[in-house]
Amino acid sequence: MNGKPAKQLTPLKTLFFSLIAFSLPASLHAQDWVRTGTNLGVEKIRLAAANFKPGTPDVQTGALKTVFDTTLFNDLKNAGVFDMVSKSMAPPAMPGGPSEMNLGAWSAAPANAAMVAFGTLAVNSGRVNVTGYVFDTKNPQSPQILGKNYGDTANEENTRQIAHHFADEIILRLGGGVNGICETKLYFVSNRGGNKEIWGMDYDGNGQHQITHLGTISISPRVAPDNSRIAFSSLGKNGWEIRMYSLVLNRMVSFQSPGGTTLSPAWNSDGSKIAFSSSRTGDNEIYVADSNGAGANRVTAFRGPDVSPTWNPKSNAQIAWVSGRTNLPQIYIMDADGANVQRLTDGGYATSPSWGPNGQFLVFSWNRKYGPGAPGGQDIYLMDIASKRWIQLTHDAGTNDFPSWAPDGRHIVFQRADGHGTQIWSMLADGTEQQQLTHDGWNAMPNWSWK
Amino acid sequence: MQSVSRRTSHYRSLTLTAGFAAMLVLAGCHKKAAAPPPPPPAAPSAEAPTATITAAPTSINAGDSVVLSWRTTGASDVEIEGMGPVASAGTRNVKPTESTNYHLIAKGDGGTADATARVTVNAAAASNMSEGDVDDNMFHQNVKDIFYDYDSYDVNSAAQPTIAQDASFLNQHPNLKVVIGGYCDERGSTEYNLALGENRANAAKQALVTAGVGPDRLRTVSYGKEKQFCTDHSESCWQQNRRAQFSVDR
Repeated sequence: MNGKPAKQLTPLKTLFFSLIAFSLPASLHAQDWVRTGTNLGVEKIRLAAANFKPGTPDVQTGALKTVFDTTLFNDLKNAGVFDMVSKSMAPPAMPGGPSEMNLGAWSAAPANAAMVAFGTLAVNSGRVNVTGYVFDTKNPQSPQILGKNYGDTANEENTRQIAHHFADEIILRLGGGVNGICETKLYFVSNRGGNKEIWGMDYDGNGQHQITHLGTISISPRVAPDNSRIAFSSLGKNGWEIRMYSLVLNRMVSFQSPGGTTLSPAWNSDGSKIAFSSSRTGDNEIYVADSNGAGANRVTAFRGPDVSPTWNPKSNAQIAWVSGRTNLPQIYIMDADGANVQRLTDGGYATSPSWGPNGQFLVFSWNRKYGPGAPGGQDIYLMDIASKRWIQLTHDAGTNDFPSWAPDGRHIVFQRADGHGTQIWSMLADGTEQQQLTHDGWNAMPNWSWK
Repeated sequence: MQSVSRRTSHYRSLTLTAGFAAMLVLAGCHKKAAAPPPPPPAAPSAEAPTATITAAPTSINAGDSVVLSWRTTGASDVEIEGMGPVASAGTRNVKPTESTNYHLIAKGDGGTADATARVTVNAAAASNMSEGDVDDNMFHQNVKDIFYDYDSYDVNSAAQPTIAQDASFLNQHPNLKVVIGGYCDERGSTEYNLALGENRANAAKQALVTAGVGPDRLRTVSYGKEKQFCTDHSESCWQQNRRAQFSVDR
């Protein structure tokens, strides 16, 4: 109801919708068109994740099992497509394999599980081995949905990755055929080392590590679709330029950045092109270049800042970006050659678009009441591009910016500045399940990997 | 030839010894001469010399004359540095073209005394100096930052006189290269603010170019909201941050 076409809103209606928006809990904002478009509309399966059975009696098994059980449960809970049976309602049993599985105990109240994930974790000769199953409690004749074996050198990190891998298998199988995101990465900017450098972490905030050590200001990381490189913008002696870090070689690699203030790189989804903003004409405009920076072509030509491009990843034929050509920044879309410019936002201060994986939606940061003396909230919004319907995803919680879609179309990562500083948060694409992922230092401008 | 080299070395010693204070003076700040150091302890057998020197006026424009007056006691050997031996007391007219320290030294059996009078030549004469003599303090005294309206990169009417003065100084120092930093207040989004900061720096550049400054002398860098000048969350502070800042490009 607050998602009418923006251009049809009269001031009275706007007021009315804002009143409704403030009076409803966030969960009610998730409307059908959003749930369908974000893959969150699938029927939520009642799923239990049993604690795995220790296959070996040593101390290390116990420690790694705790990591595994916790990671698997959180991954499935974070997926947004399951109604998870809380651990307190699950039967105390730890079935280690099919023969130990009592389906009746899991399908009965209070668990009422439709599906159960279970298995065994053992450590042998320095290797961790995990056998995992998913059983359908409603089909006792042939209950097995999934059976998987994993093995790796026994340590916490590998055990966590095995849990992510198993969780992604379950999500793919039971979550409407969409790949899970448990093995994806987030790249962001942190000042924890003293300078703003590019950092990386797992999707759930684990394994935070510094990637660049340039000793200047580096921002706007965007990882390549194949995870091989990170493009970002860095302040050098001659101003801002696009730089490139190879995640394969673990060092800087060359990129032909044009002169002038060059900002906000954006990969297209096949990794062959990068769009960015450059001021080599004296005014920041959007350019499209090959992925090494060669052959840069200007695609915008209006007075005023043009910055923050994002490709339609479905077609690679359109670009959304931010333009200040009518003063306060607004979101626009155009064809990748600069034709068919369309303005999407109807006022306020709109920045930082990210184009969703199925091509249908943009998320961006919007302050609808921006102006001197009228400080409004800067929140994350989601817009259906074809209809220009939008909904507000964050409410009354700090200043929110730099949303970035997860490849599953179900999750969004963003930065929030509030009383606890500036930190990275994630949420489902309907605005629910917001969680803070970073806690130390200043962390901002997150970018979700493509796979 | 001799006078040129003497003036150069005189200036160098002034720069080296008077340092920061001299620069302030050069830039037009009327600073009183520093108090002379206390005379060395007198030998018990003879009267210790004394020395005083004054200049009137202490601040002039280039080409104006200054009257130096000095007086010593207990000295057999009196000299003003750069002018040679002088009488034990007297007056003299001088026409310094640059700010100058007149250093009086009185030597006698009882020891040595000295005194200094400083004459400031106002910045209007600064155009005679070479670019190497323009330090950051002097530059910022003459080339002022300009400030922008909220979310705007237009050089507004309040900034026009500043641009005119900035351009005048830069036109008098044709070899100075300048970097123009574009800054934004803390509100709004990082990437957009960097683009806006670039537009601000570029608008300042265009205004200077219109006022006759060569574009190849001017380089722009946007700092967006990355390097805040003022960190309070208030309009007065935001206004200070919405600026184009000029610095010597070295």
